[in-house]
Amino acid sequence: MSEEFKIDIVNPEQSFLSKDDVTEVVVPAFEGEMGILKDHISIISFLKPGIITIRSKSEEEKFYVEDGIIEFKNNNLSVLTSSIFNLNKLEKAKLEELLKIAEEEANKTEINDQTKYLVDQKIQTLKSIN
Amino acid sequence: MASLDDLKKRISSVKSTQKITKAMKMVAAAKLKRAQESAEKGRPYSQKMNNVILNLSSGISDKENAPKLLSGTGNEKVHLCVVMTSDRGLCGGFNANIIKKAKSFFSNIISEGKELKIITVGSKGNDQLKRSFGDKIIENISFKNSKNANYFDAEKVGKSIIEKFEKKEFDICTIFYNQFKNVITQIPQSQQIIPLNTETGNENKTDDTYEFEPDEDEILSNLLPKNISTQIFKAMLENSASEQGARMSAMDNATRNAGEMVDKLTIEYNRSRQAAITKELIEIISGAESL
Repeated sequence: MSEEFKIDIVNPEQSFLSKDDVTEVVVPAFEGEMGILKDHISIISFLKPGIITIRSKSEEEKFYVEDGIIEFKNNNLSVLTSSIFNLNKLEKAKLEELLKIAEEEANKTEINDQTKYLVDQKIQTLKSIN
Repeated sequence: MASLDDLKKRISSVKSTQKITKAMKMVAAAKLKRAQESAEKGRPYSQKMNNVILNLSSGISDKENAPKLLSGTGNEKVHLCVVMTSDRGLCGGFNANIIKKAKSFFSNIISEGKELKIITVGSKGNDQLKRSFGDKIIENISFKNSKNANYFDAEKVGKSIIEKFEKKEFDICTIFYNQFKNVITQIPQSQQIIPLNTETGNENKTDDTYEFEPDEDEILSNLLPKNISTQIFKAMLENSASEQGARMSAMDNATRNAGEMVDKLTIEYNRSRQAAITKELIEIISGAESL
């Protein structure tokens, strides 16, 4: 009995990643990290800035996301996100650029609590990568 | 009849026009391939987004308190129309078709006594609508600087629309764009994005019950603004594929017409050259005879 399920990550421009031998995915859901295994109940949730970890038998991949929605159904996990980066391929310069944008956003005065929270999350995650 | 020199000049000028249109056709063909690819690649995202929203909105229990972006403001007095055209010309009927569709929609709205506001995306649409609906245009957005349609631009448009919606500047938002069918056919489309039309595409709906985290309302209110950007992005991708397709076939026609013209002019040129030679010969012969 296999413990594997399928994951599709799509961003508006293209299909970012598609794998069908995933054993566990950890996503930064809005209300906290969430691990998804095979035969998880159907769920829709959205993401806050953080790290997606995708584990298969042979390897483990990590991605940085800024936002997104996940949908899990019939052992198909779909992740819709507008900004996603593979941590291994993320260059230092790009990382710093993202951090700078986030910090600029955080320094704006007229943002509401929710955006403030999201931006803080973003900065925290980016710093932890660094 | 034009003189030989004039004909020669005309032939060479038509030939150089032909070279230009041929080059443009080739460029458009290359760009079309890329635009088509990205339109295809972008499809899964908007489809999945649509599915999720359909599932969500069918699961929503309290229709009265549903987010405004989904249920509408309850009025339909003020229409906002987003007309998406290209920034460059020389693409056949591409822009004219969208404008025609939009204009007939506009006159409907006005004859019903409703208020109309227009946002134009792309400078060509702005140029054409300025004349008859200039006072209705509230904003013109142009992406002359970005090479390809990208999500970042779409998000900018989406955000500005949502901002206006939240300020209650309009009730219903419709976008106009060309849907890419194939190189020869592009279908001008109008699509209502606010309030979202959940009636269409119901066949994809599943009866599965989902667990939501956090609850439906909160997810929906986060998702709907994203969906608007996604729809606009989709329209932009379709539009850019259509634009290149339309340009390609327009330039192909132009090249062919130029070829025909060159042929005709060449025949005329040869005829008048022969006529001149015959005339000279007759002059020489009759001169010799008179001696």
